[in-house]
Amino acid sequence: MTIDSSPVAFTPARPGQPAPDIATISGGRPAFRAELPDGRVVWLVSGYETVRQMIVDQRFSRALAVAPGRAAPGFEMSAAGSISGTDPPEHTRLRKLVASAFTARRVEALRPRVAGIVNELIDAMAARPQPADLVASFSLPLPAQVICEVLGVPAADTSQFHAWSDAIIGDWQRDAGEIMTAVAELYGYFSTLIGIKRARPADDLISALIAARDEGDRLSEHELTAMCCALLIAGHETTANHINLSLLLLLDHPDQVAALRAGPELIPAAVEELLRCTRLGGLPPARVTTEDVRLGGITIPAGEQVIPLYSTANRDRSVFTDPDRFDVTRDGAGHLAFGAGVHHCLGAQLARVELQEAFRGLIARLPGLRLAVPASDLEFKPGMAIHSLRELPVRWGEP
Amino acid sequence: MSRWRISVDKDLCIGSAMCVAIAPGRFALDERQRSGPVEAEIEPDELVRDAAASCPSEAISLVDAGTGQAVDLD
Repeated sequence: MTIDSSPVAFTPARPGQPAPDIATISGGRPAFRAELPDGRVVWLVSGYETVRQMIVDQRFSRALAVAPGRAAPGFEMSAAGSISGTDPPEHTRLRKLVASAFTARRVEALRPRVAGIVNELIDAMAARPQPADLVASFSLPLPAQVICEVLGVPAADTSQFHAWSDAIIGDWQRDAGEIMTAVAELYGYFSTLIGIKRARPADDLISALIAARDEGDRLSEHELTAMCCALLIAGHETTANHINLSLLLLLDHPDQVAALRAGPELIPAAVEELLRCTRLGGLPPARVTTEDVRLGGITIPAGEQVIPLYSTANRDRSVFTDPDRFDVTRDGAGHLAFGAGVHHCLGAQLARVELQEAFRGLIARLPGLRLAVPASDLEFKPGMAIHSLRELPVRWGEP
Repeated sequence: MSRWRISVDKDLCIGSAMCVAIAPGRFALDERQRSGPVEAEIEPDELVRDAAASCPSEAISLVDAGTGQAVDLD
């Protein structure tokens, strides 16, 4: 098949708006060329099998996608050399240094602490007058506090991360200078903190990484700092907005909330279904082909940017029956919300535990939880690569 | 050096396909998106060691086929 010369103009879904109909835009092709609002011409890949095949294939390189001059505007500009912007074997070396801290077993051991934080946050919400802003009082502090405790970042410093995090996960609409300033400030923060931990190690991930650097020479000083930044950012806005967007979806389905209240043992499956159905962001990170690659019967030439559309995989009717129906009792397992392959989300298991405990707590302790404003009044922060709510005012109890 | 025996605990596997990507040709997912070795016994292969060490659910075990001892994953 020859390459069709004219890319299709493509704008990723705006927050709160319906996603573009990929099947119509693509004409049913599993990979097609598209021109994005930032001017990049990329290949978009859709469908469960094709996406899965692509993301485990090392001929689709993340390192090339974030190389200087190549990176997409926005947070990708800071990814070069980091765990999210390298390929094996560099990626394998970096990933192994942190993999053990995020295994299913290690994260399960954190569950009581996560549940404790959930309860503390709900206690504090319940002690104040309604309505409450769920973003400020629950969905952002929960993952922020958890990742800070895992890393060993002082809790008092968490509030200053929000502005940096917001800037760094900005998208193409954001001023590049603003992003790079935030990256520099966050690096500076971690350089100082690493100095403090080096002098006085503690039982936390930053201290473990410092030991891997100083005793094993297993990563450079820059990689050490970049790793801390990447983990902090990745552990923040993603989980927070998964909580927000999942709650919006649940509130649209009161019968399913009632089912979860009656049967909390359904919560793990419900979280998989929420992960399958929720669209957290605009476009996932790109890869670049290292050679000509055949994918779904189409040849993608070397040096092209390629983006896997996980949301189409998660709504592929050949895998999920009646895929647009949200049903907490279905087996949503097998979704690709966390990606797959070497860049499968490092924090996937931690995110699952946080989401499970968050919804267990919110549903059990805040019966009648509902929006305090019309859904159409909710505002998303502009210029963000993920759909990040500014505020989520809620009430609970008797209407 | 003796051969390695690979096994994957399908109850622990979460289908991340980390192993499939790190060690091409050594692991494959089944129709339930659970991993298993393509060949259960192999010559020592550093990429398979990397895959086992990187598995997010610690589902891959590697033993020395001669001694039955676990292979060091570091």
